[in-house]
Amino acid sequence: MAVIEIKNVAKTFGAYTALHDINLTIQDQEFMVLLGASGCGKTTLLRIIAGLETATTGEVWIGGRRVDHLPPKDRGIAMVFQNYAVFPHLTVFENIGFGLRMQKLPNDEVKRRVERTAGLMHIDQLLKRYSGELSGGQRQRVAVARALAMEPDVILMDEPLSNLDALLRMEMRAELKGVLAESNTTAIYVTHDQVEAMSMADRISVMHKGEIVQAATPLEVYRNPAAEFVAGFIGNPPMNFLPATPKGAGKWAVGGQVIDGPQKNKALNFAIRPEDLRLADSGLTARAKVVEPLGAHLLVTCDIDGALFRAVLDSDMTVKPGDTLTLAPQPDRVRWFDPDTTRAVA
Amino acid sequence: MNARLLPYVLILPVTLFLAVFFLYPFALVAKQAFTQGAEFTFANFRDVASHWKFPISLKNTMLLAAAVVPVQLALALLMATMVNRMKKGRDLVLYVWTIPLGISDLAAGIIWLAIFEQSGFLNSMMSGLGLVDQPVNFLSYQNPMMVFVAIALAEIWRATAIMLVILVAGIGLIPKEYYEAAEVFGASPWQRFLRVTLPLLRPSLQTALILRVVLAFEVFAVVAALGGTLFPVLMGEIYSYQFDLQNGNAAAALALIVLGISIVFTLVILRALRVPKGATI
Ligand SMILES: Nc1ncnc2c1ncn2[C@@H]1O[C@H](COP(=O)(O)OP(=O)(O)O)[C@@H](O)[C@H]1O
Ligand SMILES: [Mg+2]
Repeated sequence: MAVIEIKNVAKTFGAYTALHDINLTIQDQEFMVLLGASGCGKTTLLRIIAGLETATTGEVWIGGRRVDHLPPKDRGIAMVFQNYAVFPHLTVFENIGFGLRMQKLPNDEVKRRVERTAGLMHIDQLLKRYSGELSGGQRQRVAVARALAMEPDVILMDEPLSNLDALLRMEMRAELKGVLAESNTTAIYVTHDQVEAMSMADRISVMHKGEIVQAATPLEVYRNPAAEFVAGFIGNPPMNFLPATPKGAGKWAVGGQVIDGPQKNKALNFAIRPEDLRLADSGLTARAKVVEPLGAHLLVTCDIDGALFRAVLDSDMTVKPGDTLTLAPQPDRVRWFDPDTTRAVA
Repeated sequence: MNARLLPYVLILPVTLFLAVFFLYPFALVAKQAFTQGAEFTFANFRDVASHWKFPISLKNTMLLAAAVVPVQLALALLMATMVNRMKKGRDLVLYVWTIPLGISDLAAGIIWLAIFEQSGFLNSMMSGLGLVDQPVNFLSYQNPMMVFVAIALAEIWRATAIMLVILVAGIGLIPKEYYEAAEVFGASPWQRFLRVTLPLLRPSLQTALILRVVLAFEVFAVVAALGGTLFPVLMGEIYSYQFDLQNGNAAAALALIVLGISIVFTLVILRALRVPKGATI
């Protein structure tokens, strides 16, 4: 049982604030992904949870215990490092068994656990090798096995797949998710790769400039982004935005078109995902600029009143640059944001 | 220029220099060691090894190395670890600690002589504190242990920094992530030192130990200054064969024996601290 609670955690490095007042609860056995661009503070937050970094203010609780004053080894955690940190002077066996040896477990118990986790990670053939004799993918597996062998309450992973090539990454993604689900541990997984986040997470915490902007299920983050940053960060291509002016009574002028919207009397931003647009007789009038056939879809980059606007259309469509398109947004997928706060408007 | 030849051309001057000023004199010494008159012989080695001072000087040299090198290794490791942890003032501390490196071994011997001799600092301090009535002669034949300790101290003071410099460079090359991984997986600071620092430092330890051990076998000026004839060592014997006894052949033979001992120790150190294939950082 290990719920993780992060309460009002902030971190400053000199004059620079890396984390502002982070509050987050991660449920037992949940797979939580911290997603954000490079430099937004993901690693710092993970290291504070691990105990490798001290928060300037705030508390960390793991499994109902306050742990922020405890050393890493007393927090019930194990960690997978970005560069693996597989010890070069130890064999794969001794690497996986490192933490168990530190706990002074008897030899046969170490052997049993090392062999079991090596089996899980499909590296049982490599136990006698040194890390210099392993590929990047194999080293990655050793790093994960070393963490799993600890049978921790919580496993922390900092961009564990970022150094692997694309194909291997996809393979490891599925495998890691399966292994972690089996192991009943709570997992915090840091990545800047939204595909990784979407495919693995139970919940995603989207981070931006040292804050958690939204913490929700992948689908929720995708469908109902809490802020313009999330809408623009998640999804490839990202969400489209257009300025909207209120016409009263829930009517809005968007791209020369009148659309139903919230009952507000100030300028908002209208937002729609590129795949939630359809060619129709009435809708937003757009001029196609670039047409990219992507096989399954047709990605059309257009211009609406000078604003960039993308649509993902069926690949059967014949669209040429310069064509004028009428794009109808799917009504239940339209979202509205307040340009002053950049937050979503209900 | 042919790219394959270029490296050889570039090392040619150094090779020539070494050949002329090292290999050639070395060959001359070897020739001297194995000849008497014009005849090839092992007699020089027999003479040198059967002389009554040989076992004593060999024993003294070995004892001194055995006392000094482990202390220096421990000190250098401690100092290197401390320096590595410092955020501010690291360079300043390193400079201060390496000052003895800039002092010649004879000067170092004289500095320590000034401390230990009958009219030295130690005596004036002790009589100033009322611990002794009259100056003690520490460095006399009545005090062989004291002579040994004084020489060992001077050697430790003088030559620990050379190991320190090598180890500081080596420790700096160990990625921080290994320490963090060890910490997360439950290693205490002492265990991190034993299980991460030491094994990953093996290449630097090899270099530092070989250098120090070989130099310890060549100890001469410090011993001459502090022990004189009270504490014969191998290098001192070579000196006295060459200059007091005017026996170049015997001096050359003894020099080759010291070389042989150095090579054996070098091989032992290389073997003991070797890094298995695939186990480098
Ligand atoms: N030890 C440190 N000293 C000073 N600044 C740091 C330190 N660690 C991280 N930072 C800064 O904090 C910010 C967040 O870093 P980090 O958590 O590593 O980001 P991420 O993992 O999301 O890429 C960065 O701007 C980084 O420069
Ligand atoms: Mg990072």
